[in-house]
Amino acid sequence: MSRNGLLIDYEYCTGCHSCEVACRNERKIPRGKWGIKLTEVGPWQVSSDKWEWNYIPIPTELCDLCSERVAKGEKPSCVHHCLGQAMDYGPVEELAEKMATKGKKVAMFIP
Amino acid sequence: MTGIHIALMIAERIGEIMKKEWMEQKDGCYTVRTCGWSPPGDHPVGCGMKLFIKDGKLVKVEGDPEHPISQGRLCVRCLSLPEYVHHPQRITYPMKRVGARGEDKWQRISWDEAWDIIVEKTNEIKKNYGAESIIVFGGTGREACLYYYPLGFASLGTPNVCYPLSGWSCYGPRCAITDYILGAGYPEIDFAGHYPDRYDNPQYKVPKYIVLWGKMPLMSNPDGFYGHSLIDLMKRGAKIISIDPRINWLGTRAEHRLQLRPGTDTALALGLLHVIINEDLYDHEFVEKWCYGFDELKVRVQEYPPEKVEEITWVKKEKIVEVARVIATSKPTAIQWGLAVDENPNGVQLGHSILAIIAITGNLDVPGGITLGPPAALLGKWRVETRSELSEELWAKRIGAEAWPALSTALATTHPDETLDTLETGKPYPLKMGWFNSSNFITPTNSAQPDRWYRALKTLEFNVVQDCFMTPTAMAFADIFLPLPTFAEHDGVVITHFGRNAIFVGAMNKALEVGECKSDIEVCIELGKRLNPEAWPWDNVEDFFSDQLKPDLGIDFNELREIGVYQPGYTYHKHEKGLLRADGEPGFNTVTGKVELCSTLFELWGEDPLPYYKEPHYSPMSTPELAREYPLILTTGARTFTSFHSEHRQIPTLREITPDPIMEIHPDTAASLGIKEGDWVCMENMFGKAKEKAHLTPTIHPKVVHASHGWWYPEKPAAEPSLYGVWESNINTLIPHKHIGKLGFGAPFKSIICKVYKVD
Repeated sequence: MSRNGLLIDYEYCTGCHSCEVACRNERKIPRGKWGIKLTEVGPWQVSSDKWEWNYIPIPTELCDLCSERVAKGEKPSCVHHCLGQAMDYGPVEELAEKMATKGKKVAMFIP
Repeated sequence: MTGIHIALMIAERIGEIMKKEWMEQKDGCYTVRTCGWSPPGDHPVGCGMKLFIKDGKLVKVEGDPEHPISQGRLCVRCLSLPEYVHHPQRITYPMKRVGARGEDKWQRISWDEAWDIIVEKTNEIKKNYGAESIIVFGGTGREACLYYYPLGFASLGTPNVCYPLSGWSCYGPRCAITDYILGAGYPEIDFAGHYPDRYDNPQYKVPKYIVLWGKMPLMSNPDGFYGHSLIDLMKRGAKIISIDPRINWLGTRAEHRLQLRPGTDTALALGLLHVIINEDLYDHEFVEKWCYGFDELKVRVQEYPPEKVEEITWVKKEKIVEVARVIATSKPTAIQWGLAVDENPNGVQLGHSILAIIAITGNLDVPGGITLGPPAALLGKWRVETRSELSEELWAKRIGAEAWPALSTALATTHPDETLDTLETGKPYPLKMGWFNSSNFITPTNSAQPDRWYRALKTLEFNVVQDCFMTPTAMAFADIFLPLPTFAEHDGVVITHFGRNAIFVGAMNKALEVGECKSDIEVCIELGKRLNPEAWPWDNVEDFFSDQLKPDLGIDFNELREIGVYQPGYTYHKHEKGLLRADGEPGFNTVTGKVELCSTLFELWGEDPLPYYKEPHYSPMSTPELAREYPLILTTGARTFTSFHSEHRQIPTLREITPDPIMEIHPDTAASLGIKEGDWVCMENMFGKAKEKAHLTPTIHPKVVHASHGWWYPEKPAAEPSLYGVWESNINTLIPHKHIGKLGFGAPFKSIICKVYKVD
């Protein structure tokens, strides 16, 4: 059976923290711990007309891909609330195809 | 036809995007669908969400996927709403002060007692000093923006409603400029918000370019524009041009970045016009048919060749030429003008120039360009129009109205700077009573030199404050504190853009009750019934809203609840169809009936009719002597995801993400000053000083620093002199009073000078 994963399109992750808080609400995670945590790379100037500045949220041990929600036909809470609609959930093969189509600045996590 | 039939027809027209049931029972709890508007959260963005209530408590908030604009997405401010609603420090009962002002001594009272005290004091002050001695202060962007006008005009009966921000530097200037130049409601980029089927609507076109001019909507959701619509549009191929002194995150995704010197935007706009006009890249047909004063503008822009503009703005002349060509030749292009237009004494000329660029490149009122609201605000009747409750004689006493006609013609308020002068001098008459409606403006939010306002406001004899929490402003001045409910706790409506280009009207539904809070409209009605009952015939808010909604939308309040969101739809090219003018003739609702590239009214009011550049009052160029002491340019006010101005400082989840006020400084500048990442530093100039934590970043120019606003510390002592540490990081103390443009608009919140040094 296929595994499920979490796709992050970090071209469009705006660093809004909604995934962190939505996850904490859903999984009732205490302060100081996170089910998914935003990381930041940059900002720095790559060349005269290019900048690097990426946010990438990383799911942790506490992430169960919202199994209860998903069983009810809902999206994982982070995917549901992501302001940039930069997250996706599904079987890893499907997500891999989406990654290949997107072609850049995209990552997948299998927590 | 009954109201419900009309609602059903509308539902059919919009494809029943949201289901009829707005309240649902589920596993021992219930959910209520609603649209949000501060307090707490944001401008009238009206994000759709479901509130989960269990045992009388708000336990969870979920984004509503049926909402056509927010589509299930939700920001951290609403995701942490339960912490705000049930916060132990919230004030949920009326209180009266039992100590001296500034002492933290209060007593809980009943609403009846509160009304008795307020009515007696109001009548006494009116009798002794006249109704004009009462002043209502309103804050930025909160729901109260709909209600502080009727509170002042129809309930209290004063002509003085004040938005205290120096130069009215938020939204008002852009609305006024649009009134005078285009004769229309607010110009917003076309993000397909008017259509239930959004970007798929056959009428719609995705903009080729979106110019973000002094604006970062991802955090600010300005005026009701849903910020992350920009991401939707980028995914659909729109490219970004970022004009900003900081390279913000969107700037790193932009096709072009124009990192200009703060406060020099108008020179840049005139430089762009120079290229567009001289290279003959403008839309001849639109200019000939619909513009007035093109020849005069053409002469004026000759003074701004790209070489000269580069010297002023630091933007390379080649970039100016390239971007001007892109804007003029890529259709449609949408320019989104930001708060930087308002927070600039030269901002009227900037706004005028930006509207000129939009117009002469043929991007006005076209799909994917700039949408225009109608001249009259949607549902405006119960707001500014309630001034008809006042006699002409009383209305003429409005502070600053006569001296500042460009402001008082477009806006129904006092002149903010003139109001501070009146408080300080007692001229033309003394002010005696203040009503602070959702405004915490001694915190660095909507006032310049809040320390000066603080001293001046002490002269008021009697004050009422409405808010959710005890704030520095309430602690300093309230005699009576009236508790406000959050949007989860009352019925209401959300109107994006305050009705001046309404994308939609959303239903705000009461989901629970906390303590004895009363909403702005409940306060207006209950106070109005006691002081001016003829103006307030309604017995409950549902009837009030139904009476307001029916004439404009054809539905009552319950029908609005059932459709959830009402999108009025949109018609392009209104000027061709006679839809902008009261006489039904084609053209624009201006003096000449055209887009006024040369303004008839500016000239009438003693201002140059054409846009021009003026150097900031204080800058390394205009005040080189002072700049030796204060060598850095200070710009302020960029938003974060975790607060709406001074809101949310006491919310644990949000404070964990943003614990401290952050100032941004270039690593080279920081190194030369011995400042390291995370050091506390002081920014100081000839007017004031503020302490923030340094963040070193290459996204800011080495000669510029940026400071955050809205900071106070709910965890610090409440009583004077601390007032929750309000003077520690008060960046607005560095912004001078009454350094405004000739027409009364714009203050230098985004371009002042300062020095920076490390502190403990």
